[in-house]
Amino acid sequence: MDIATFFQQLTNALSLGSLYALIAIGYTMVYGILRLINFAHGDVFMLGAYFAFYAITAFAMPWGVAFIVAIGLTGVFGMGLERLAYRPLRDSPKISVMISAIGASFLIENVGIVLFGGRPKSFPSIALFDTVVRFGSISMLSVSLFIPVITVVILGILLWIVNKTKTGLAMRAVSTDLDAARLMAIDVNRTISLTFGIGSILAGIGGIMWTMKYPQLNPLMGIMPGLKCFIAAVIGGIGNIQGAVLGGFLLGFIEIMIVAFLPELTGYRDAFAFVLLIVVLLAKPDGLLGKNQTVKV
Amino acid sequence: MLTIENLSVHYGGIHALQGISFDVPEGKIVTLIGANGAGKSTTLKSIVGLVKPSSGGVSLDGEPLQGLQTKDIVRKGIVLAPEGRRIFPNLTTEENLALGAFARNDKDGVEEDKRKVFKLFPRLEERRKQKAGTMSGGEQQMLAVARALMSRPKLLMMDEPSLGLAPIIVKMIFDIIRTINAEGTTILLVEQNAKAALEVADYGYVLETGRITFSGPGRELLADDRVRSAYLGESTGKK
Repeated sequence: MDIATFFQQLTNALSLGSLYALIAIGYTMVYGILRLINFAHGDVFMLGAYFAFYAITAFAMPWGVAFIVAIGLTGVFGMGLERLAYRPLRDSPKISVMISAIGASFLIENVGIVLFGGRPKSFPSIALFDTVVRFGSISMLSVSLFIPVITVVILGILLWIVNKTKTGLAMRAVSTDLDAARLMAIDVNRTISLTFGIGSILAGIGGIMWTMKYPQLNPLMGIMPGLKCFIAAVIGGIGNIQGAVLGGFLLGFIEIMIVAFLPELTGYRDAFAFVLLIVVLLAKPDGLLGKNQTVKV
Repeated sequence: MLTIENLSVHYGGIHALQGISFDVPEGKIVTLIGANGAGKSTTLKSIVGLVKPSSGGVSLDGEPLQGLQTKDIVRKGIVLAPEGRRIFPNLTTEENLALGAFARNDKDGVEEDKRKVFKLFPRLEERRKQKAGTMSGGEQQMLAVARALMSRPKLLMMDEPSLGLAPIIVKMIFDIIRTINAEGTTILLVEQNAKAALEVADYGYVLETGRITFSGPGRELLADDRVRSAYLGESTGKK
């Protein structure tokens, strides 16, 4: 492989990894705060893409406005999902909440098929993102350059919220000890709701950028990325935001690079994530950045 | 200030509190003593709304607290330094203190109170950037008390602050309890270390399997034969 192809693949890996990272963060934040795997997260990602699609095609919004509306709607949807499917089960066994999450996932997918139709839709072309950019012999779509840049900006904002704001402090407190957080006069329900909102906003952004890069929408498009990003979150150490980012990028790189270097394995592309998951869990059951927490009594 | 009336709590099939009543007068130190499982922690948890009573209730300055969420009760000025400290181990000392002051919006007041608690616990100032989980048990207990003070409580409730600590730290914690009280904070103290608790307390209540069996001024209970034989581990001479 020549150096040009390598750089071509490197940008592909960077943009895919960015998308995985954005979605993986939603899993890890919700898990961190509720110890719940939000199985519907991949479907929230799908909705983000559809919201943007309809905002542009049915409501004729300019793409910038459409994206903001779609991202906002996805955030509200995530908060509504928590309110309806998870909050009523706050004091129930974990397994009930998990089943509710699986149910919500199926419900969203199937209502999606009814409302949006099962046939794939093509996302309208947006010139800014569909331009072919050339660097010497490398050529790529401009969206592949936008994705990593936007992702880095969003990660910066997210880490600032979590580490520097009062809301972020409340999130970290709630994720450590629910009752102790209540004793600090923290509104636990509001904090959980905000966490879902933020995670869903990231999924919405991911969904929109995904369809810019792979411009086909269908109501089941969230399943595979959802599963892989869940794996990315586990690989990085679930509950840990940096871990989710690491896991997302790692998965993106491995997927793209194995296919690039060993094209005969292309058919197994979706299997790499699972193999990586098994390997990492065997070597480091808490994930790469997960800590084996010991509690002092 | 705080009135507990006929408070009953059921946990599953267990009747953990069987209608207890007592008062915590303003400016005083009141202690609840009793053996493991007597219902001391349950009492504190139901005052602050972490446990829902099955009947009876709690009122603060005549205002009933039933049905309020924990966050709202804390905002009214009742704070609990819970059993086992429950500091946030992955956060620093300063972040833990900031959480103690979470409900407050007066930045200057919070800074001032932070200086105050650092004066009370100089060790915490040395450890301000350190993750709380890496500190010693005594330092964690200091942090738990300091964190509770950061909300400027009217009533500070402490659940077993001396548990598992070296005698010298226990003595320090009890000195601090006196200091805090002298500065005007009302204190409700739950302890298994009955002797130390009754020595600082203005008034004491003895809980036995969900009922109050004795009560009286701290000094009197300390001298009471029944209390001494049951809780102070002393032979009373009467066989």
